[in-house]
Amino acid sequence: MVAIIKYNAGNIRSVAFALERLQVSFTITDNPEEIQKADKIIFPGVGEANTTMCYLKEKKLDALIKNLKQPVLGICLGMQLLCAYSEENDTRCIGVFDEQVKKFQPQGHEKVPHMGWNSILPTHEWVDRNVADKFVYFVHSYFVPVNSHTSAITEYIQPFSAAMKKDNFYAVQFHPEKSAAVGEKILCSFLKQS
Amino acid sequence: MLTKRIIPCLDIKDGRTVKGVNFVNIRDAGDPVELGARYAEQGADELVFLDITATTDNRKTFVELVREIARHVNIPFTVGGGISSLADVAPLLEAGADKVSINSAAVRTPQLIDDLAKAFGSQFVVLAIDARKINNQWIVHTHGGSNPTNKKLFSWAREGQNRGAGEILFTSMDHDGTRQGFAIDPLSKLHELLQIPVIASGGAGNKEHFLHAFALGKADAALAASLFHFGELSIPELKSYLKTSGVSIRT
Repeated sequence: MVAIIKYNAGNIRSVAFALERLQVSFTITDNPEEIQKADKIIFPGVGEANTTMCYLKEKKLDALIKNLKQPVLGICLGMQLLCAYSEENDTRCIGVFDEQVKKFQPQGHEKVPHMGWNSILPTHEWVDRNVADKFVYFVHSYFVPVNSHTSAITEYIQPFSAAMKKDNFYAVQFHPEKSAAVGEKILCSFLKQS
Repeated sequence: MLTKRIIPCLDIKDGRTVKGVNFVNIRDAGDPVELGARYAEQGADELVFLDITATTDNRKTFVELVREIARHVNIPFTVGGGISSLADVAPLLEAGADKVSINSAAVRTPQLIDDLAKAFGSQFVVLAIDARKINNQWIVHTHGGSNPTNKKLFSWAREGQNRGAGEILFTSMDHDGTRQGFAIDPLSKLHELLQIPVIASGGAGNKEHFLHAFALGKADAALAASLFHFGELSIPELKSYLKTSGVSIRT
């Protein structure tokens, strides 16, 4: 059973439908016991970092997430909140990845948010190598720089972490639930982890 | 590299697509869910579904439809038509819409843009602007282009961005339906003026028009309806042409 952590994130329904299309059974829950007993956990996210962290703290989900031992996948804001700190409204985050989330600073006339389909280059085996140079869907104004946990790289204004991995924590900046067949492949790669 | 987006737009009335779509082997040419999924398979980058009746009565039907689209379509989609308040938007988000487009209501109550951006994030808010050139000025129109307003395209687009819109969907009413190409000059001016993506709409008649919208108009995305629906131009054919012409495109 996959648990999708229920909180005020925008894309919970889309993640649920993506799992439904893959015929994976799941539950959407904020119940700590249910989350802890799930085989895999998806931590989705669309929204603003500070408000979301306040909400997670209030529900004591921040500590719960940090201590999970099964495979956890953070998506978009979910990935950023797994880092130590975000420049978005000066937010201290959960801190699984000891990284700082930064705001895109356009060098020329690049638009922010980075919105649309961009290619990824996997650098770690958990991200299926078959998706090299394939396109996934991004929507974000903040990014995690390339670091020792980066497992796929995308370039926009500068190279940044499109995916990361540390121990049982996996994370993607893009939206696999909205990235057509390539996204499904990457969700499947995560679901195969143990 | 970030790619330019191709966006088919489907008009919905009472839960059905208004114009038939010319796909081979389609079971139900009026079913927006099946058509959306088909466009996604063909390589559309996003979809737009516009509820063109948008009365209170059929609102529930539309929300149900949005849920079914989200269930079956694995690419992002925007929904619009008749959205006038925060209360209209929450059920659409909950049903799985990725973005909403607002038009007349934003002109009437610009604060709606701020409120939606604050509640759901800028990425969720597409400001649709219909404009027509009158006495050398691009004048914003509402209610499907029937009512001229005192707003001008460029200042309104900038205001929309400042209030928190995540994208501008610009339709030139002078070009819409003509099949003579997109309005290149205002598009490139919007590109210069704005820091958020611009979607070109109105006037697509052939694949060269898309190339012009991207290469000359600097649009981030281009939208078309009947050209795709009538099967005159397929998305794979368009994308392969654009790629060969040097446009960054997802194939």
